[in-house]
Amino acid sequence: MNLDVREQFPILQQEINGHPLVYLDSAATSQKPRVVIDALQHYYQWDNANVHRGVHTLGSRATDAYEGAREKVARFINAKSTQEIIFTRGTTTALNLVASSYARAVCGEGDEIVLTPMEHHSNLIPWQQVAKATGATLKYITLQPDGSVDLAEVEKVVTAQTKIVAIAHVSNVMGVVNPVKQIAEIAHRNGAIIVVDGAQSAPHMKVDVQDLDSDFYAFSSHKMCGPTGIGVLYGKKALLESMEPIEFGGEMIDEVGLYDSTWKELPWKFEGGTPIIAGAVGLGAAIDFLTDIGMDNIERHESEIASYAMNRLSELKGITVYGPRTRKVGLVTFNLGDVHPHDVATVLDASGIAVRAGHHCCQPLMRWLNVNSTVRASFYLYNTKDDVDRLISALIQTKEYFGDAT
Amino acid sequence: MQLDDLYRQVIMDHYKNPRNKGKFEDGAITVDLNNPTCGDKITLQLKVNNGVVEDAKYTGDGCSISMSSASMMTAAVKGKTLEEARDMIARFSQLMLGEDVQFDDYEDIEALSGVNKFPARIKCATLSWNALRKVIDEEQFNK
Repeated sequence: MNLDVREQFPILQQEINGHPLVYLDSAATSQKPRVVIDALQHYYQWDNANVHRGVHTLGSRATDAYEGAREKVARFINAKSTQEIIFTRGTTTALNLVASSYARAVCGEGDEIVLTPMEHHSNLIPWQQVAKATGATLKYITLQPDGSVDLAEVEKVVTAQTKIVAIAHVSNVMGVVNPVKQIAEIAHRNGAIIVVDGAQSAPHMKVDVQDLDSDFYAFSSHKMCGPTGIGVLYGKKALLESMEPIEFGGEMIDEVGLYDSTWKELPWKFEGGTPIIAGAVGLGAAIDFLTDIGMDNIERHESEIASYAMNRLSELKGITVYGPRTRKVGLVTFNLGDVHPHDVATVLDASGIAVRAGHHCCQPLMRWLNVNSTVRASFYLYNTKDDVDRLISALIQTKEYFGDAT
Repeated sequence: MQLDDLYRQVIMDHYKNPRNKGKFEDGAITVDLNNPTCGDKITLQLKVNNGVVEDAKYTGDGCSISMSSASMMTAAVKGKTLEEARDMIARFSQLMLGEDVQFDDYEDIEALSGVNKFPARIKCATLSWNALRKVIDEEQFNK
């Protein structure tokens, strides 16, 4: 199945180094459709004003656009209310908000925070900092040999001492989809809460935070066809209400005295300062775009492309593909014989193909895989099987170029 | 964009047949340096006597550009005074900026001039040279 959306992405219409661009780095950031670029321009050209304060017409338009985007986000992930949707700078800021506010308040000596070795640095370092500051202990769920999470292992690690389980919904390296719904059940049974890093899932599949029973769910706009600089923290209302803001200033206050102040109600108490208004508008346009195509269709399309890529990659001699044999989400990570990933990426770039090479902000996972770096090709709704064929041809050329005998 | 500008024969030779790869047991100044954006790492060791580099070795993990650059740098720095080594570092920086500089004492290094056309790879080529600067700083200022 082809979604026929490529023409709607102006950036994909160009040549790179004399070849039509094949963009296979959407797990790092996605490209933007015309409707999102237009929405940003329209906002700045017609509606720009500060929100929640102006009596004038533009102030109302900007506020409506900003809060309208929040409603779209709430519907997109099936939150109960817009009060549960906090706009942040991105997934990293969202996870840091939970760590700095919620975790530091509830964790103490003897408490445990449970993670996996596959976490992106942004769902790892905030918890290390919480552990250092509070005396809590970090514990890791042992991965299966194929990189997946086994629920029996989760049962072993999560105990009555566990306060927080923080886990990626989808691994940005191996494409593993973690059973976060079942893990949430285990966490809740032990009196813990679950924090889900949704950076690699929200753009690619239907997410229902109520069905998953996630306590917190974080994701970024720029990986789902929206602009950079804005992301979302979903949190259950009762939890968010119990939390203190971590940024103080304009926009987030109820009443300010000389020695004490009170906060606005949710969600605004967490949005100090002039918010990322245009970003929210762009994210709203991206959500409309994705919803029109259908998240189920996008998921099916990517799964087909990834399976095709897995099959074609297996034809190459000397290739090592990391993670499970089958793919539900659109990313493949590999190494090509003893050719270093940077060299692979440079040769592919000369053919107009953009991939990621490096540790993918997952140094502990790289150690678990026993490599220093890998090549990652990640797919999105605008990629086609032709893109995979171009990748395979270029990889064959790369092997020849480096005289790799494997 | 011509790949052969980057991956010259000399570079591939140093990559596949690295000079001075290994470790000194003792008597050397050691510096570890990472390139956190890409995961490349190098351990550089220099034996310095009376301000002269007597021997150099490195171990590391990285791409053809970073490892061949380390191989060339260690070969070039042997027998040099620390001031001469600093001068080489400065010339290497100029080379990365696309300037026409000579390495008469070790011409292989000039093969890395093509890296200038691949901005994303400059940090690969400079990793071992940054390590060299750290070793010299340590020798001159921390003794």
